[in-house]
Amino acid sequence: MSRAICDIRKVWTVFGSNVVHENLDLTINAGEVVSLVGGSGSGKTTLLRHIVGLTRPSKGEVLLFGKNLHEMPRIPQQRLMNRLGMLFQQGALFSALSVFDNIAFPLRELRQFDEATIRQLVLHKLSLVEMEPDTGSRLPSQLSGGMIKRVALARALALEPELLLLDEPTAGLDPERSEKFVELIKDIKQALGLTVIFVTHDLDTLVSLSDRVAVLADKRIVANCTLQELEHIDHPFVQNFFQGIRVRLERTG
Amino acid sequence: MAIASFQLAQDSEGKKRISLHGQWSLREMDNDFAQLRQALKPHFANQDLHWDLSEVEQLDTAGAAVLWNGWQGKLDNKTGLSEEQNHLFQTLGEINAQATEKPKSGFDPLTLIAAWGKLTIFLSSHITDFVRLTGLLVIELAYLIRRPQDFPWREFSANIYKSGVTALPVTALLGMMIGIAMSYLMATQLRTFGADIFIVNILGLAVIRELGPILMAVLVAGRSGSAMTAQIGVMRVTEEIDALAVMGISRILRVVLPKVLGLTFIAPMLVIWTSVWALLGGAFSANMELGLGFRFFFDYLATVVQPVNLTLSLIKGVMFGFVVAVVACHFGLRIKPNTESLSRSTTSSVVTAITCVILIDAVFAILTSGIGV
Repeated sequence: MSRAICDIRKVWTVFGSNVVHENLDLTINAGEVVSLVGGSGSGKTTLLRHIVGLTRPSKGEVLLFGKNLHEMPRIPQQRLMNRLGMLFQQGALFSALSVFDNIAFPLRELRQFDEATIRQLVLHKLSLVEMEPDTGSRLPSQLSGGMIKRVALARALALEPELLLLDEPTAGLDPERSEKFVELIKDIKQALGLTVIFVTHDLDTLVSLSDRVAVLADKRIVANCTLQELEHIDHPFVQNFFQGIRVRLERTG
Repeated sequence: MAIASFQLAQDSEGKKRISLHGQWSLREMDNDFAQLRQALKPHFANQDLHWDLSEVEQLDTAGAAVLWNGWQGKLDNKTGLSEEQNHLFQTLGEINAQATEKPKSGFDPLTLIAAWGKLTIFLSSHITDFVRLTGLLVIELAYLIRRPQDFPWREFSANIYKSGVTALPVTALLGMMIGIAMSYLMATQLRTFGADIFIVNILGLAVIRELGPILMAVLVAGRSGSAMTAQIGVMRVTEEIDALAVMGISRILRVVLPKVLGLTFIAPMLVIWTSVWALLGGAFSANMELGLGFRFFFDYLATVVQPVNLTLSLIKGVMFGFVVAVVACHFGLRIKPNTESLSRSTTSSVVTAITCVILIDAVFAILTSGIGV
């Protein structure tokens, strides 16, 4: 079953006189793990923000689950947003709330569960990201970088989203931890049947996590294919990029 | 794809059974688990009911948790569970076993003593930090006397602009309004005594000695004090202050000292500015109400208000500017990296600064009561 979860159609993004995206098209199907790659300033994070509706493209439209977020009434829009979870680069945990309350926040906002159920769900999410239940009482400022990422992931997963967006999931983690974090995302993806879109600069993460790769260069998507197929795409950035991941691809077989 | 629902039925042996249908998950957007829970409540209570889950299309943790809590963890007399679902319920069961509610303790008189102790420690930490900050400022000033070329001129002038020049319109407006209001009220009172002329004495003394400095201090504490606290706080959160320290640049010299000196320098001028506008407003109102000429008002003002009052006003301005800036920096440096601490410190900074200013003003008024009146 290949259902389009996210459909980006002829999107232009213009900041002042700076054109970031020019007539960009990209379709992401259900169940895929897609990584967005591109040079610095190529507009990867901007594209991610377009997808979740934080920003609006200057022209063109972004369809999420077949609907345009910006053209919906408020309540359906809110419910649609509940079907996606985003992991921000710095975690973006609410610093005034404890870990437990951070994860419980989206569940409480839904107003459908009693406290006992919420407690159970939060503890389930904590165990999903391999954290001890007693970390729940700590504040985000008392956590290490890796733990913040894991709590943020738990919060993003609180409403069992279909689509998970990760902005630099392993940035700021040491290699061992980032490897573990990637394994964690893979396990969760397996368990919950997620579609994942992520942006990363870390080639190890990229090779071990992604099924497909979308390459942003020259203000558009120059390649949207599996990692192995990149070899046959004739574009200087793609070729350069492929050299970087070739060794890693061979290693993983 | 269908929303979560349930059906009651009776099988051939007359036993009641309930079968669940549809997607018991948050992914189906039209599900409302609050309603479902309410509707299922009587059935949860019925122990003999037979639950059939074979028709469930999808079950996620949220749906499972609702059911599990309703069943209170009992999985017997449930059929049609797939292996995955069984596993899900088991995981939930394990979590609940781990979860232990904290026992609520009753009133303990020792908490009162503990609260006192905490308050004392909290206050003494504030005092220590404040003394340390003032000490550091003195050390930096001594350093600057030896090496005047290190004086942070750019930051100094930037602070004068930010907390002085940009405050001109608002202080003028407020001063004028207060002047008009005071003069208007007093004019009506004085007229009944036929003591019209004394409005100049009262206004002159009140505005120059008291209102001008206090008004300026309150406005500056609200405008610049809060801005300084928030700025230093955010610089701490984003580690900018640490970056300065790593470059071998003293954070007190670059961040705190220019703010304190800048505000101390500009505050007396702001006092004069505010007082002038308040007197103008007063003169305007006196002219309207009592028919006193502007020229007469200011000529007479110079003869009835002794020049020493102006000096006192300037001294107050210097003190208030210094206090507001130091308090703002003190609270800024105590901010911890979270939004709650930032907002609390900014509030405390403004409240403490205004309180200090008014306390100092009262003490000063008592000490100088024999001068200039």
